[in-house]
Amino acid sequence: MSVAIDTTGALALNAHCARCIDNDELEAWTQLFTEHCLYRVTTADNHAQGMEASLIYADSRAMLNDRVLSLRTANVYEKQRYRHLVGLPSLLEDTPRGRRSETPFVVVRIMRGGETSLFATGRYLDELVIDGGDTLRLASRVVVCDSHNIDTLLAIPL
Amino acid sequence: MSVTAPANNAPLTFWPPGNLTRVPYHLYQEPAVLDAEQQRIFEGATWNYLCLEAELPQPGGYRTTFLGRMPVVVARDSDGEVYAFENRCSHRGALIVLDDGGTARDFQCVYHAWRYDRQGNLKGIAFQNGVNGEGGMDPAFCMKSHGPRKLRTSVFCGLVFGSLSDDVPDLEDYLGPEIARGISRVLHKPVQILGRFKQTLPNNWKLYVENVRDTYHASLLHVFFTTFRLNRLSQKGGVVVSECGGNHISFSAIDPIAENGEDYKTEELRSEKDDFKLEDATLLKGIDEFGDGVTLQILSVFPGFVLAQIQNTIAVRQVLPEGLETTALNWVYLGFQDDTPELRTMRHKQSNLIGPAGFVSMEDGAVGGFVQRGIASAGAQEAIVEMGGDSVRSQSSRTTEASVRGFWKAYRFHMGADS
Repeated sequence: MSVAIDTTGALALNAHCARCIDNDELEAWTQLFTEHCLYRVTTADNHAQGMEASLIYADSRAMLNDRVLSLRTANVYEKQRYRHLVGLPSLLEDTPRGRRSETPFVVVRIMRGGETSLFATGRYLDELVIDGGDTLRLASRVVVCDSHNIDTLLAIPL
Repeated sequence: MSVTAPANNAPLTFWPPGNLTRVPYHLYQEPAVLDAEQQRIFEGATWNYLCLEAELPQPGGYRTTFLGRMPVVVARDSDGEVYAFENRCSHRGALIVLDDGGTARDFQCVYHAWRYDRQGNLKGIAFQNGVNGEGGMDPAFCMKSHGPRKLRTSVFCGLVFGSLSDDVPDLEDYLGPEIARGISRVLHKPVQILGRFKQTLPNNWKLYVENVRDTYHASLLHVFFTTFRLNRLSQKGGVVVSECGGNHISFSAIDPIAENGEDYKTEELRSEKDDFKLEDATLLKGIDEFGDGVTLQILSVFPGFVLAQIQNTIAVRQVLPEGLETTALNWVYLGFQDDTPELRTMRHKQSNLIGPAGFVSMEDGAVGGFVQRGIASAGAQEAIVEMGGDSVRSQSSRTTEASVRGFWKAYRFHMGADS
């Protein structure tokens, strides 16, 4: 069956991404990226000013795997989880290898003590590609947070 | 550095006499302490980091920032000098400048359009002479004597510091020679701003600035390096505490002689066998860009400035109290204008180590909150700061709390505590 880069595909991929993170299946989340992917978390201010620094930067799936392994084994942070509400993707222009899309998101953070708070809002700036001939994956995801402020820490990726 | 405590600072009664190895927890809990800190520390005889000179490259460039909780405008005037003044309209107290920065000929309060020049002088009052001969300000009203408070400013290696005090020594004397050298070692050529981030910490500001100076926790709380066997046995290092106590440097460096020795080779072999290895080790393939083998230099200036070089990441941090249990941590990530593309990419990769999501610094954002919550009913109790003895001296061991005690030495001095 041929795979197309269309709204239906983007919806499904975004849904998988959110589900993997919210259900604590981060190892499966990294598989939704191509091997030579780019994943960055930045802010709207930095993005608008063309500033390149990132809160999280990975230019390979291996780097994403390292981050997940670090969260599992090395980093110390209070138990918490997210709930993503992912909006509708806007499919944008074609790229040499795929197609760009932009999707808004809201992330609610639930802390160990029960505190539920609005943690981040923003948009995913993605490049979707057909990887290995039949799988829709993220070749690039730039997470542009609306606020420049992070409450306490950003442990789990957005 | 020799300064005298401002005479109008009466000794505080809430600080028990004795040495610097005990810190009463109520210092993180009492509103009166926070107010006294604003007056005596941030608005007292201290130099406070305001912004980078690179943020004001041309005349007319300005940034808004803070001196503790006091809002401040920093601007470069047409004479090329950097000026700073309270961001408070002298009429009714509204913020004069509402955005983060930009360029401006002058500044006008939106409330009643009172106008200020780039040095903070009141230059215009809307309807000063009234309308049709009615109303207006008294002709005797003197604009010159009514303005927001002005700060002294001083620039060192592109860092703009401000002070409200006439008694504070010159900036370089305030820093001390080792700290000045530590800054100029890193900021030795024109920087480029790579990004700005803010982190809100759920704790008193002092818990974060203590953490920065606390060299004891590093390998215990931040287990990223040890988990992935990235620590090197051959690392040497130490902690430097300025004479006033408030400023510090902690550093670690590769010892090239030990690198070639048997210990290092054995360590390499062991890491090969370990279960946990970075799948993409390019994260740490940095270069020795300062040519001295120093892989980490954390530097602080009392009260709230931090300059950190961790591998090839360079960042300044500004620590500001927003409330008793809320602290703003403002990050500016830096590179140099002449970075090669390879070095720039390396900085971006290694930025995973720092900031709110940093492999070796996300814990710092949270641990102050753990203390703040832990001491909720312990206001009468004290913290123990006794690692490495009771001195505030520089030393080659980092298993010490000397620079934390140094912070409290400076704190007590500025707060006017009896010693």
